[in-house]
Amino acid sequence: MHSRAEVTSERASWGLRLAALAAIIFLHFPIAIIALYAFNTEERTYQFPPPGLTLKWFGELTRRTDFWQSLGMSLQVALVATLVALILGTLTAAAIYRSSFFGKEAISLLVILPIALPGIVTGIALRSGINTLDLDFSFWTIVVGHATFCIVTVYNNVVARLRRTAYSQIEASMDLGATSFQTLRYVVLPNIATSLLAGGMLAFALSFDEVIVTTFTSGTQQQTLPIWMLGQLTRPRDRPVTNVAALVVIAITFVPILLAYRFTQEAAE
Amino acid sequence: MALIAENPKKASLATRFSSLMFRRPRLLLFLLLAPPLLWLGIFYLGSLFLLVIQSFYRVDDFSGVVIREFSLETYKTLFTPANMEVVYRTAAMAAIVTLASALIAFPLAYYMARYAKGRMRSLLYLAVLVPLWSSYLVRIYSWKLILANEGVLNWILQTIGLSGVRDWLLDLPVIGGPSLSFSYLGMFFVFVYIWLPYMILPINAALERVPRSLIEASSDLGAKPGYTFRKVIFPLAFPGVVAGSIFTFSLTLGDYIIPTVIGNSSFFIGPAVNSLQGTSGNVPLAAAFTIVPMVIMGIYLLVARRLGAFDAL
Repeated sequence: MHSRAEVTSERASWGLRLAALAAIIFLHFPIAIIALYAFNTEERTYQFPPPGLTLKWFGELTRRTDFWQSLGMSLQVALVATLVALILGTLTAAAIYRSSFFGKEAISLLVILPIALPGIVTGIALRSGINTLDLDFSFWTIVVGHATFCIVTVYNNVVARLRRTAYSQIEASMDLGATSFQTLRYVVLPNIATSLLAGGMLAFALSFDEVIVTTFTSGTQQQTLPIWMLGQLTRPRDRPVTNVAALVVIAITFVPILLAYRFTQEAAE
Repeated sequence: MALIAENPKKASLATRFSSLMFRRPRLLLFLLLAPPLLWLGIFYLGSLFLLVIQSFYRVDDFSGVVIREFSLETYKTLFTPANMEVVYRTAAMAAIVTLASALIAFPLAYYMARYAKGRMRSLLYLAVLVPLWSSYLVRIYSWKLILANEGVLNWILQTIGLSGVRDWLLDLPVIGGPSLSFSYLGMFFVFVYIWLPYMILPINAALERVPRSLIEASSDLGAKPGYTFRKVIFPLAFPGVVAGSIFTFSLTLGDYIIPTVIGNSSFFIGPAVNSLQGTSGNVPLAAAFTIVPMVIMGIYLLVARRLGAFDAL
């Protein structure tokens, strides 16, 4: 124990600490800049330091119906896509985690593939798929695209939890006369509940933020928030509104990330 | 089971279904797998397959109509110098971005795994996760603010008197350009920033798996800390670096937003594919272009597996 205490009390060199600190600053400086510019009084340039601070652009944003409509669209898409991903991801995890069969590796690869391949590949592929099936681009084609790459976050979380759950609990439940449904309801689901929540939150965040696949699977009528944002980025007009919208978007995504992190941490402890 | 056997009539539908599933695990497996396999295996893989097929079609030069016959014409167009330049440019950017990400990520991941304790450790972990999951577009947008001529980076450089260094860098051939936001240099910053968390996390995971006893043994046997790092810690963490590089390389290869928003509007694979399938209506060539990152990543993954990266994921 003595030597272990010595090892743990050793300190990082100044060089290492500086390098780590620099990386942390690099990761967060741009987010701080977004927060600052939301209050900027300057309308036409990105001048630093800002000449003054104001809250007036927040009021301006509340009047922008296009922003709120696309926000509503994004929330709906993310909600439905998350539900589909929860079902498909949990089914896959339940099938994979204890059984061995031919093609098992292929299935876990298949689940990861939509997110491992560049978004543009998945996007164009789905676009040709939808065209071939002669479907109209709509709310539902966006959902299909999003659910496809969201399955993996649910699958990863649930399969990890199932592997940690003792199978003897399930056997005990069945031995005591419970049906599969009762076992599912009273043993399996309570065990995997927080992993479903964590996976669901991440799927939601992933869908809420997705832009590349969405540009290929949405119709002209449907505008998600990232598509709206992309329009603002490529056609730089009303900069102040974009600045405020950027801060609002960061704030919205912050909540599910924190929650998902808490759920996975609690489970690990 | 015995209970059901005694009162077969009283067993509800649910109970009978339940025991059927218990006796026939293969049937249960099939029922569980059918929905995800229909979705991913038929719809998604089918779409990918269609994409590959389309790359063997060709566009008629005069009418601009897609001719649905097998031909290698489109690939002949893909391998012309102008198009290959796009591929090389994208691959070179992906390689440099990957290298820089690894250099920036390693010290932080190392500090997190070896020195940070308790609250500090979860705080750092969260500090990496928040940018990773924050809006991708907003994070790109923030760099428009930072790199602008009147923006904060130039203000900092001016304040500490380094504007000369910036001008010298922008005057360099290839990486330079009229201003930071219209140069490869600026684009490089944005790529590194956006993908950095993907590099930190696998390196951190690999470093956390290095047993402390190995480090202690090395120092007990008289190795200096630097020697222990080179001979024990780094080789064990290397698969993590390779795992991270899969993400940074692949994501840079396929991205089409960053080169569109920042940079000197010379073509990268992503924007090229987008404009080919959109404005030019040349879907076969767009499809052939998407095969390029798939092939490159296929080879990359094979090499990565050799280097043990998959165990580090």
